Order: sequence, then C-alpha cells, then structure tokens
Amino acid sequence: MSETLEKPAVLPALTVVGTRPIRPDGADKVTGRAAYGADFTMPGQLVGKILRSPHAHARIVSIDTSKARAVPGVKAVVTGADFPDLASEVHEGGESASNLRDLANNVIARGKALYEGHAIAAVAATRAEAADEALARIKVTYEVLPHVTDVLEAMSPSAPVLHDHLFTEGLEARPEKPSNVAKRHRLARGDVAAALQAAEVVVERRYTTQAVHQGYLEPHACVAAWGQDGRCDVWSSSQGQFMVRTYCAKILGLEIADIRVTPAEIGGGFGGKTTVYLEPLALALSRQAGHPVKMVMSREEVFRATGPTSGGVIEVKLGAARDGRITAAQVEMSFQAGAFPGSPVGAATMTSLACYDIENFLVTGWDVVTNTPKVAAYRAPGAPIAAFAVESAVDELAQTLGLDPMDIRERNAVVDGTKASYGPVYQNIGYRETLAAARESEHWKAPLGPNQGRGLAVGFWFNIGGESTAAVHIAEDGSALVVSGNPDIGGSRASMAMMAAEVLGLPIERVRPIVADTASIGYSMLTGGSRTTFATGMAVVQAAEKVVQTLRERAAKLWETTVEQVEWKGAQAVCLDPAKADKKPLTLEALAAQAGRTGGPISAQVSLNAQGAGPGFGVHICDVEVDRETGQVSVVRYTAAQDVGRAIHPSYVEGQVQGGVAQGVGWALNEAYIFDGDGRMENPGFLDYRMPVASDLPMIDAVLVEVPNPRHPFGAKGVGEVPIVPPLAAVANAVSRAIGVRMADLPLSPPAVLAALDDAAA
Amino acid sequence: MSKVHVSTTVNGDPVEFLAAPGMTLLDALRDELDLTGTKEGCGSGDCGACSVIVDGRLVCSCLVLAPEAEGRRVETIEGMAQGGRLHPLQQKFLEHAALQCGFCTPGLLMAAKALLDSNPEPTETEARYWLAGNLCRCTGYDKVIRAVMDAAGELRQERTA
Amino acid sequence: MAHVVAGSECWPYTGGASEFDVDAATVRELITALDQRFPGLGDFVDRRMAFAIDGEIHQDAWFSPIGPQSQVWLIPKIGGG
Repeated sequence: MSETLEKPAVLPALTVVGTRPIRPDGADKVTGRAAYGADFTMPGQLVGKILRSPHAHARIVSIDTSKARAVPGVKAVVTGADFPDLASEVHEGGESASNLRDLANNVIARGKALYEGHAIAAVAATRAEAADEALARIKVTYEVLPHVTDVLEAMSPSAPVLHDHLFTEGLEARPEKPSNVAKRHRLARGDVAAALQAAEVVVERRYTTQAVHQGYLEPHACVAAWGQDGRCDVWSSSQGQFMVRTYCAKILGLEIADIRVTPAEIGGGFGGKTTVYLEPLALALSRQAGHPVKMVMSREEVFRATGPTSGGVIEVKLGAARDGRITAAQVEMSFQAGAFPGSPVGAATMTSLACYDIENFLVTGWDVVTNTPKVAAYRAPGAPIAAFAVESAVDELAQTLGLDPMDIRERNAVVDGTKASYGPVYQNIGYRETLAAARESEHWKAPLGPNQGRGLAVGFWFNIGGESTAAVHIAEDGSALVVSGNPDIGGSRASMAMMAAEVLGLPIERVRPIVADTASIGYSMLTGGSRTTFATGMAVVQAAEKVVQTLRERAAKLWETTVEQVEWKGAQAVCLDPAKADKKPLTLEALAAQAGRTGGPISAQVSLNAQGAGPGFGVHICDVEVDRETGQVSVVRYTAAQDVGRAIHPSYVEGQVQGGVAQGVGWALNEAYIFDGDGRMENPGFLDYRMPVASDLPMIDAVLVEVPNPRHPFGAKGVGEVPIVPPLAAVANAVSRAIGVRMADLPLSPPAVLAALDDAAA
Repeated sequence: MSKVHVSTTVNGDPVEFLAAPGMTLLDALRDELDLTGTKEGCGSGDCGACSVIVDGRLVCSCLVLAPEAEGRRVETIEGMAQGGRLHPLQQKFLEHAALQCGFCTPGLLMAAKALLDSNPEPTETEARYWLAGNLCRCTGYDKVIRAVMDAAGELRQERTA
Repeated sequence: MAHVVAGSECWPYTGGASEFDVDAATVRELITALDQRFPGLGDFVDRRMAFAIDGEIHQDAWFSPIGPQSQVWLIPKIGGG
C-alpha cells in the first residue's frame, strides 16, 4: 500500500550525492595493491586442482584414487562420495531459488557426469606439479552415454534424458515419463488467438541465440582453511560472502556461524559469481589435508565448467492495427538450462512484453536441461534474450507498417497506471521520459552514411531490494567508517560513502567505506539484481541518520536542553533553544572527542529488508556500418538512455550503462559457445570466444534520465542490469536495416552476415 | 629438471629468484617476487591482464618464460607511481572513473604507458587499436580512452613545461 | 478484502482460479488465508512467490501491510545477475 507520489520537477540540490569524487578504493586499484581472489596466500597452503569429465554425458562407474594418493606431496583427494547427500531443498538464499542438491552435484559429480568439464574429483598437494600428476593418476571408469546440447533436440521425445527424476512442472497434468523439460512458464491475458485473427497485420518469426559467458576477466579463486576445531576460514572472490558461507555450510553439513568468509576484491561477476564452484571443494580438501588449500581456475576451466547463460529459441507473433497499435502478442521461448534445471526463462517470460501495453497475449517459456555447463545468472538474466526477439519483431512490424520505430514504441508504451504484462500496475516509472530523452538526442536526428543502418530497441528490468546491513562508526577524531557486507563490483563503495557523507554533513574524504567479512557485519544479500545502491544504500542512510540522532542527543545533554532544540547542519550541532543563545555550535569532531564521557562510542547499525525497488527502462540507439565484402559489422555510434532514479555518483552510473552496452554488443556480434559433435566446447579461450575490445566500440553516450524512486531516501533506483537488455536487438535491428535482411540468429558474425547478403542477392 | 637462477631488474630494483623450467614471467612476478599487481586473466596471451614492459617493450608476461628476464629491465604496475606520486595515467583513470572492478586496470595502465612512451599524441583510433590487446568487461572502454587521451595531454604539457 | 490475482504457477493449487478476494492485513495473514482456502498454496507462495501490493514489489516480507482495497499480484520471486 503506498501513495502515488508526484514526480518532482527538479531534484533538490545536494552537497555530495550527484557529484563525481574519486572512489575511495581507487588508489589501490590503479597501483596493483588491491587483493583479488588469487592474490591471497595462507601460510602452509596447498595447491588444489580438479579432475574434470572429458565426456558430455556419462555414468561414473567407478573412481580409483589410490594411485593419486600415493604421489609424493599429495595430501588430500576427494570425490562426490566425500560430501553428504542432500535432500532436494529449494534454497532462497542466493539470488533466485536454486535447488541445493543440484548445486552440490554441480560442484562435484555424483553418479553421472553431465557436461564436459563437470568436476569429478579434486586433489590438494604441496606443489602444482604433484597435483597435476595426481590428477593424471586418478582412474575413472565411464560409461559414455548419448548426449544432447541443442535445446530443441533436448525437448524431443527421443532425446537422451539427463535426470530420471525430472518431470515437467507447470503443465495442466504431470507427465508420466521424465524428460529434459524441467518447467513450463506461462503468462496470458485476453484472447490472443482471436486477436491475431482479427489483426490488420501480423508479423511472425523465429529467433535464436547462443550460450554466452559473463566473461569476467578474473577467474574464480579462493583460499580455504578448515581448522582443527571445525571452524573454517575462506578467502574468496564472489558477489556475496554471505552466499558463499551459506552454500558451503549446506553443502558440507556445517553450522553457518562456523564459517567465516572474507571477501576479496572481485574482478567482475555480472551474475556469474553468485554461486560457488571452488569453495566447498577447497574446504573439503583442507579438512582432509589439515592445511589451507588454494584453488584458482584456469580460463579454460572458467569456460568449460562455470555457468554461461542460456542459448534460446524464441518464436514471436505480433498482431497490430494499421496505426501501429499492437493488439496481440504470442511469444514462445525455449532456453538451455545446462545440466540442471534453472534457466532464466521465467524472468524472460515476465520481462518480454513489460514495455508494452497489450490487451491480448500469451507468453510461454520452457526450461530445458542440456549436457552443457549449468547456467548461471548473467546481468538481467533472461531479459536480453527475450528482448532480442520481441524488439526485433516490433522493428519488423514498424517496417511493415511504414512507421517510425520510436513512434511505435510510444504508441504502445506502458505508463503509470498500466497493468504490466507480468501482473502489477506500474507506478512511478520513467519509461516515457526515457523514450523522450532518446528521441531528443542528437544521435536520433543525425544522418546515416552509406552501408549504415540505425537500430532502436527498448528494455526493462525489475531491480530488487532485499536484506542488507550497514553500520556507521564515528572515530574519536570525528572521521567516519561506513561498513557493509556487499562486494563492490561497480563502484558501490563510493556511493555508500557519498550517501553517508551527505547525511552526516561531512566531506567525502572523511568517510571511509569498508566491505567487511561475514563475522564483522550483519547479514547482507549478495551484490546483484541491481540492489546495492538501493537496499544497502538505504541501510547506510538509516544508520547515518541514527548516528546524527545520537550526536544531537549528546549535544542536547551538554547544553542541558532537549534534542528537539538541536539541529544537525553542516556537520555541526546547532542550538535552537532561545534560552541558550550563548551556546556555540558543536562540531562532529568535538562531540566525537567527548563521546566516552557523554555516553559511549557513537555508532549505529541498521539491518533491513528493502522493499519497493523500482523497475528500470532503457532505450538504445545503435548505428552500424556493414562491410558488404567481409560481413564485418562496425558499431559506429551508440546512445543509451535509461531512467536511473537518481545518480548517486553519475560517473559510475554511466559506467554501468556503458559496460552493459558493451556486453550486449559482444553478445549480438561475436560471442557464442561452439560445441563439437562430442559435446565439447571448441572455443574455451579469449582468442576464439571473441569479446569486444577497445577498437570494436565507439564512445558510448549514456543519457541518465532522473525520475526519482520515492522508496529510496535519495531517489535512487537499481541501474546495473537494464543496460544489457536492449543492445542485442538495437544492433540486430541496425544490421537488418543496413543490409535490408532481417537478422534473426545471433551472433551476427561476418560469415552469418555474408550468408544473409548472399541469400538476399539470390 | 633443475631450476634456473635468474637475475633481473624489476621496477629499478635488482632481484633474483629460482625458476622452474616452465615458469612464466607472470608466475615469477606473482609467486616468487610477491608482486601480485600483475594479473592472470587467461594464461594464453589473449586478454592483456598480465601486461608488463620488458626493456621498454610491452609484452604479455604469461607468454614470456621467466628465465628470459635474465639481465633485462622489467616494469610492472607496482613501479608506476613514483615517490608516492601517482603517474598522470593513474590519476586520470581515477578522475575519469575508467575502472570498475579494476582487474584489467594494471594491464591497461602498463599498455597505456607503453603507448604514450612511444606516441605522445595518439588519436582516439590509435589509442583504441593500441589497447585492443587489453580486454575490459566492465567499462565498455569509453572512460578508459578518455582517461588515456587526457593523460596524454597532461604529459605533453609536463614535457613542455 | 484484498483482491488477489494469482499467476499460472498457482493454478495447480487453486484448481485454475486466478482471481479471488482474501481478508488479510499483512502478507503473513494472506499466506495463512491462502493456505486455508487452497491447501499447500500458502507454503508454495511463501517459498516461491513475491507479492506486488498495489504495484510495489514485496519479497520475503511477512509484515508488509495490505490495505482493505489493495490489489495483490502473486508473481514469481525475482532474482538478478
């Protein structure tokens, strides 16, 4: 229940929030001092390595580790048998519901190898060479089974079945036989069949995308130590030290408080580090060996064994009136989940039509397991894939009707009061404003050159709130510490410090943000879902407000007046009591110096579960130039408008937009997992898994539209995920218009573009 | 096979270590010399996170065998700031917010330094192509290029001053 | 009475019903009332669903208030990356 707030015409001017100070952890990162996952060592540590399945699908008949244990220097060897059997338990502690048993079986195989790269055993040794030799001496007997990597093939009745306990959920009647289809998602409104029949124009097409990896530069790494008393220490690079703690505890059968996880700096995550791969193995090895164990993945392991996001097949059918009003939308999507259920097709279903006000629709999503690595979250999981298809279809509709693509978005745009396709009624959204900002941009009016095309696409993401804890401590000299439990993956430390500084009235240089370990700060949900500035920021602001309240109370005591007579302004307590006109203001330093004698340390901690996170909308314009001889596509201009609520630190908000765009461009043009006939990945390295480099991109114009979120003290809203949603279609629409052929299959690599040009000429 | 004794200069300091036969310069820097500022992103010379400068030349240290450093001059990120003062590139990276997670930053800074040492007045295109060997997944390169161009301007001013 | 709209995930429990009125002043009361009306639904909703109360999304929040005229949508829990 909440009131509809008016959108203020102008945001009130603030002192720190909205400026662009240098980030507090910046010096460490430009001098090489910042410590990431692989930069940490513990005395006496061993090297841990993993034996991985060479087969995409195989029954593990037996594992003989005896010869491995005999290698000099080898101190521990573990297999799935060394881990407790978990009942199937849906755990909500990560970002999305994940089956714990599946997670544990993904960390180390039990019974079956389900993808090439699946961990079968792990060893720890005093030297890397000994660990390698031990891996070579582990004898695994496999019964190789037929495998399936393609999502449509996996759905066919004759496909090899990965799990004999998997029966499709979400159907009217439970199927009798197991299959690879884990779940059906469905959203429906009105009568889509009738509306399509009655529509004046219909466009229909199938779209495909391939599995792509989050592509973080830092491979997974951790150091873990199992103490003699069962108390464990883990140093790990992840998107959430509390998530690591919880998963390790559950997978190993420990009490949560017995594990202390210290967050390393993280070299990129984008959702791919919202789960665990190494930590439970390192702990199990450490327990056996009696020494700490360090494990660092190679880049090849990152590709072969950590979650990409799904490849998908999407069919879209749109019905519209001649004036561009979309009256019917039918979308059917099938996503690869990898070895265990849990693709992001559910979120894709919910976001696919979220920007459109359509009376009749049917959206169906199929979650399908395949013999490929278990997918992990990737920045607005599922939404970019759905948006690629829907935005391409809307573009085709615009072309068919001879309408401007911006006009057709506006004609069908959701506004405050529209019932969203996924259910609730929108309020305080900024979609219209973002469309307007894109339309008014220089880019939209600029002329195009030869062999160039312009693509427009829009996108949506929910953003979440969730549990966060933050503490603000005032030191004896009046400097301040802001402590929270969210790893900084995009500059959030700066935002936390800025928000605290704003409330306290301090310059940002006097506020030090700290990201603390699981024993030193209260629980926080992981960094992801575009939640940190919103939810942890809320906790920071509330903690800082409590500190200000305490400071006012201390001044009131000293002045022998009531707290109502004390104002906090410019980092000083100011006396408003007319009877005490002689009282000069007390600075934060002065009050801090007297903290002990006036009642004790000045400190506050706030834990909350932030609700009311507002969704975000993006409108992107992409210009490409196509070389008709080579099929090479160059992105020559890019503008991304997004409603950001309020930009706490505009440079880092722009950075989120630009980074998401770059990932989307790579997804559209070049990135793809390529599997051979045996289900093995052929391109597990950066040479052949081609991500954008500096020469692939132009400057990216990020237009920040500020429609404040009334639920956040400074109006902030999550921004990190929306930017990756529109680019796939923005690029594809641009290429389609440049060459006059609708491009429906990603990636649009040079051979694909050449083939399309050849087909068109024929 | 026995280890090779290597004597070299890193960031102006003479150092020595023992290198196992297959050890790369990257491993030597990180594991033998405790200089963990240089990062491993791929181990195959495709990402540039391990970029260092050897005898004035930009290289991927994961593609250089440790014994090859014998008698040479190696520069890493740890030597970029001098006497407590950040190099203009480091300062501009901070001012322009040209880093987010920071993992690619040491390699990018080394590569950018090598660029400006050899070409003090690069165009945007020249800068982009020079830095094409350094992958960044967070920034989209926009602010990185702005920082490099700005630092180039500042260094030119310092030279003429 | 709050007006509740339930998505297709809930239909196995509701026998296909997608809209109904429920007497509840908080999310927790709603969960209890749903479970009384459609056995198993309350537990399912508590574990797997979020609540959009008059358009605002509440997730894992038992004591979020529901007004006498509120519209409540049951939607799958939302994650992110």
